[in-house]
Amino acid sequence: MALYSEKVMDHFRNPRNVGVIENADGVGEVGNAKCGDIMKIYLKIENDVIADAKFETFGCGSAIASSSMATEMIKGKPLSQALELTNKAVAEALDGLPAHKLHCSVLAEEAIKNAILDYYKRNNLPYDATLEQACAHCEEE
Amino acid sequence: MQVYADNAATAKIRPSALQTYITTATEFFGNPSSLHEVGQAAKEVLEQSRASIASVLNCKLKDDIDKEKDYDRLIFTSGGSEADNQAIFSAAKFGAKKGKKKIISTAIEHHAVLHALEQLKTQGFEIVLVPVGTDGIVSVNEIEKAIDENTCLVSVMLANNEIGTIQPVAEIGAICKSKKVLFHTDAVQAVGHIPVDVNALNVDYLALSAHKFGGPRGIGALYARKGAPLFPLIEGGAQERGKRAGTENLPAVAATATALTEAVTSLKETAEKVTALREKLIDGLLKIPHSALNGDRNKRLAGNVSFCFEGIEGESLLLYLSDMGVSASSGSACTSGSLDPSHVLLAIGRVHDVAHGSLRLTLNEDNTEEEVDYLIQAVAEVVQKIRGFSPVWRDLQSGKRNYIL
Repeated sequence: MALYSEKVMDHFRNPRNVGVIENADGVGEVGNAKCGDIMKIYLKIENDVIADAKFETFGCGSAIASSSMATEMIKGKPLSQALELTNKAVAEALDGLPAHKLHCSVLAEEAIKNAILDYYKRNNLPYDATLEQACAHCEEE
Repeated sequence: MQVYADNAATAKIRPSALQTYITTATEFFGNPSSLHEVGQAAKEVLEQSRASIASVLNCKLKDDIDKEKDYDRLIFTSGGSEADNQAIFSAAKFGAKKGKKKIISTAIEHHAVLHALEQLKTQGFEIVLVPVGTDGIVSVNEIEKAIDENTCLVSVMLANNEIGTIQPVAEIGAICKSKKVLFHTDAVQAVGHIPVDVNALNVDYLALSAHKFGGPRGIGALYARKGAPLFPLIEGGAQERGKRAGTENLPAVAATATALTEAVTSLKETAEKVTALREKLIDGLLKIPHSALNGDRNKRLAGNVSFCFEGIEGESLLLYLSDMGVSASSGSACTSGSLDPSHVLLAIGRVHDVAHGSLRLTLNEDNTEEEVDYLIQAVAEVVQKIRGFSPVWRDLQSGKRNYIL
């Protein structure tokens, strides 16, 4: 069996939502170059709904596929729903990831939470304190 | 276009070796340990193959079990890793008996050596890994300085598997000889590619692997000089003069002899041809901005091209290249299953950020100039594509982050 599922390879070969949103309403970046994975997610938010999402990723095949899938899963969704996106859901949508690549889906979940947190902070909006904790360890790894 | 550029991982079996394999498997199916004629015919092929390989390596065998200690030995193993393990554990066992429990090696060895040494560390051995320079070559002086009266073994590879750099093994061997310290070399990447003479190299042990020079996989050999301690890793029979139990993999042994003979017959011409391809490939890849060759440009194997490209990660590079028909490898963390990139790239001073973006292309005589042109084009294309959506590259371009390469 190949390392990655067909779904992972499809999202790796034809990544959806690649790029940058100029004047994004929220930007989240997690991981670091030392570990070999950086994910950056840009959100356009209108009326508490994710109108558009784009990503840039430095990382392996599963990191690119996870970013692609995760942005697809939150586009058009209200923020409350996007915040509920778990790494497990991303991995499942990709028909699974190898065990040692699961952290890539974790990065995708954290990058989205980070981008939403950024949006809340920029607009002085109230947010759940646990969101800050969820993002606190993103930077480290 | 399909381009196989991963010959250091494994080279395609030579047609001549495959033919020998088939003939031996079919016609010499007997067990070399059997006394009947069928078995003895197989035994003869085994010893002829051993003699043929021994003559290439310039080791002096004697097919006389009683006088075994007075002659060099060449025993067949399951491959290079087993041969490395057996040499290291044999020298360590002998050293421990004499109260010498220090082993000197280098920071860029293959894991077959490094992991064996790590195991010895848990048994109370002191392991010293001498660093290498940014050129990927260990200093003879540094090795010499590390040797003391407690040292039972020095192990230095002949050619590095990732960056292809050739180590000053003959000089280190001469020092070990004068200090009466056992010396092992992992010659897996070198045999069949550069001249290898166990006497000129002053080695007590040498490990080789057949599939790196067009022989079959699953077969290797360990050379042990006259008097060098040798203990079996695998018990269970008198095969290989009691040093390696298990019925001999005769078709593979015979095919190894064929492959090696063929490889060394055209060694010089092959090296010249492959070096020209390598130089063309290096020149082409150096045109990619913010890239660098890993290891000394000249003191390296004819077929090895190892690069780092800033702002990208190696696994995605390999996968996109694979989609373009290119088979290559990388020392990135993602391809190794750990968080750390290759210990070899870190040892030559590449920082993590850069080491993740590594690519190894290893050529041989089957590759062509057209393929090299295609490799240059494919790598440039893929690097540009990946940089196009890399946040690291964006930061480098905008000046938010400083270029390292």
